[in-house]
Amino acid sequence: MFASFVLALRSAGLPASITEYLTLMGAMKAGVADYSIDDFYYLCRATLVKDERHLDRFDRVFGEVFKGLEPPEGMPIQNLPEEWLKALAEKFLSKEEMDKIEKLGGLEALMKRLQELLEEQKGRHQGGSKWIGTAGTSPFGNNGANPEGVRIGQQEGRNRRAIKVWDKREFKDLDDTVEIGTRNIKLALRRLRKFARQGTPTELDIPETIRTTANNAGYLDLKMVPERHNTVKVLLFLDIGGSMDEHVRVCEELFSAARGEFKHLEYFYFHNCIYERVWKTNRRRNDNMTPTEEVMRKYGPDYKAIFVGDASMSPYEVSHPGGSVEHWNDEPGSVWMERLTKHFRRSAWLNPRPRNAWDHAMTIGMLRKVMENRMYPLTLGGIDEMAKELNK
Amino acid sequence: MSGFKSTDRYIASRDLEVAVNAAVALQRPLLVKGEPGTGKTVLAHEIANSLGHPLIEWHVKSTTKAQQGLYEYDAVSRLRDGQLGDERVKDIGNYIVRGKLWEAFESGEQTVVLIDEVDKADIEFPNDLLLELDRMQFFVYETRQTIKAKHRPIVLITSNNEKELPDAFLRRCFFHYIRFPDRETMEQIVQAHYPDIKQDLAREALTVFFKIRDVPGLKKKPATSELLDWLKLLMIEDLSPEVLRSKEQHVVIPPLHGALLKNEQDVHLFERLAFLSRRG
Repeated sequence: MFASFVLALRSAGLPASITEYLTLMGAMKAGVADYSIDDFYYLCRATLVKDERHLDRFDRVFGEVFKGLEPPEGMPIQNLPEEWLKALAEKFLSKEEMDKIEKLGGLEALMKRLQELLEEQKGRHQGGSKWIGTAGTSPFGNNGANPEGVRIGQQEGRNRRAIKVWDKREFKDLDDTVEIGTRNIKLALRRLRKFARQGTPTELDIPETIRTTANNAGYLDLKMVPERHNTVKVLLFLDIGGSMDEHVRVCEELFSAARGEFKHLEYFYFHNCIYERVWKTNRRRNDNMTPTEEVMRKYGPDYKAIFVGDASMSPYEVSHPGGSVEHWNDEPGSVWMERLTKHFRRSAWLNPRPRNAWDHAMTIGMLRKVMENRMYPLTLGGIDEMAKELNK
Repeated sequence: MSGFKSTDRYIASRDLEVAVNAAVALQRPLLVKGEPGTGKTVLAHEIANSLGHPLIEWHVKSTTKAQQGLYEYDAVSRLRDGQLGDERVKDIGNYIVRGKLWEAFESGEQTVVLIDEVDKADIEFPNDLLLELDRMQFFVYETRQTIKAKHRPIVLITSNNEKELPDAFLRRCFFHYIRFPDRETMEQIVQAHYPDIKQDLAREALTVFFKIRDVPGLKKKPATSELLDWLKLLMIEDLSPEVLRSKEQHVVIPPLHGALLKNEQDVHLFERLAFLSRRG
């Protein structure tokens, strides 16, 4: 009966399975959602969603599939570009202004007009009284003040009219491609853990105790072993300055999370692309360079190398000798990258730019090729993917 | 159907009620996630109360093993007794220590089992409990007996999201994410806990509380439990609501902020903001 719904969920990337579907059927049979759409929505959510990161996607699919169920006052959210809807400003209208807003002639007309505007309009818009966007007096968009308005992507219903829960999409910022925080990064980095026993013996070693006790004619002879610790070794290369400035916050978070998570963490900075030298302090970089050769000599192949950078520069900086914007380099950056990836067999590149923007810069493609496709977006999902790859 | 409802002490949203009732009806575990301090653990107490079942709590730590919830075989004391020639040593059953789930399965009436903070344990922990929670039975190898639940307990599992839970485990659970309550719900919650609180004090306090939660960059946002602690302090100190009323949009450090801000960086951040707003 609801099989198409489950299939729609699956194609939206939610891991719903037969088991969950049967559970839902069972719960319906047991009368948990007695003829109430809201209860049915809650029940579906409790049964089919197992991770709060998926709640937003679930709401979208639910709204789409059960369009007919909701009262006609709401309307399914169109695919509006995210940035339009960021509520950047609040605009408080005076009483006269409120009066001035003419009713445009019922809901039907509003919807039609919205469709037309969507066709017509091609950019983000804020303020004003016609286009769709934020804080305006047009009937479309959010945080606005048209009394007959259609809310699109507003944080919370300002006057609680005509809002269906699944259209509110309250769990929006929990999608794992969006939010990133130190603690979350730490959890994602934990996947890289590798345990080994080192240090003072504090745990009972049962096999050894049994063996020695047997040797001891049955009298107890306790043996201890050290506790297990994380021994993974990580080498971070961070791109700094230039186009990376806008990603500073997320890089700082990644860096501090990595510092907290790994005991064996070393880091170096570079600019745009790696050449024959890297550095550890940005302020005194000119007299404090470390030759890249030395890095490779000092840190063995057991280190996992992670490069963090947007990989966006002029193609010459990667492919040609002397292409560096800062100094004369005898060998092109790609040669150095190849050397590093050959030495550090487990390596990956984290890119703070979103994956769909990767085609825009030619050098991203070039470096991806050097990395043999091991480039991941700097999001929780990306870090997770990277950790899986590095642990292979 | 009747089932679980908000009580006068615990305000449950409609979606939470549906999730709990579904879990009770189908006798499957309910997994609850949410910000710390939104009442995940208290929920178990309330379910047990409202259904009139005893509650068995199993608090999970980083060292907890799934086996400990079933039973443990105390080999070391048996070995010791063996060497001392104790009579008890002949029966291995004397050295089987029962765990929380065994307790729940053996109980004469239906119980509510709380497995608290399941994500604290090792990543394999939930996997090790799959069959036990599915069939509500397990096998004791040492004594060759099968322990089967007389009444399938209602299992509530809480998680703080420190680790991802395995898919196979999730598939068997209902899931609910406790959203942070909005102002209206929060007012009900405050009413439920402190029915004799002065209305204007509660109103001002809530305004301050939500303003604090809106401050960007706080390390730990205060949650429901912090608000309730703070209100209690305010009531004990008998502060007048005027103290809380700030001059319009300005940020002021609220009195007794120790109950709300649990982190010295957060207090610093607040002092800085207060300083800036005074100057500006």
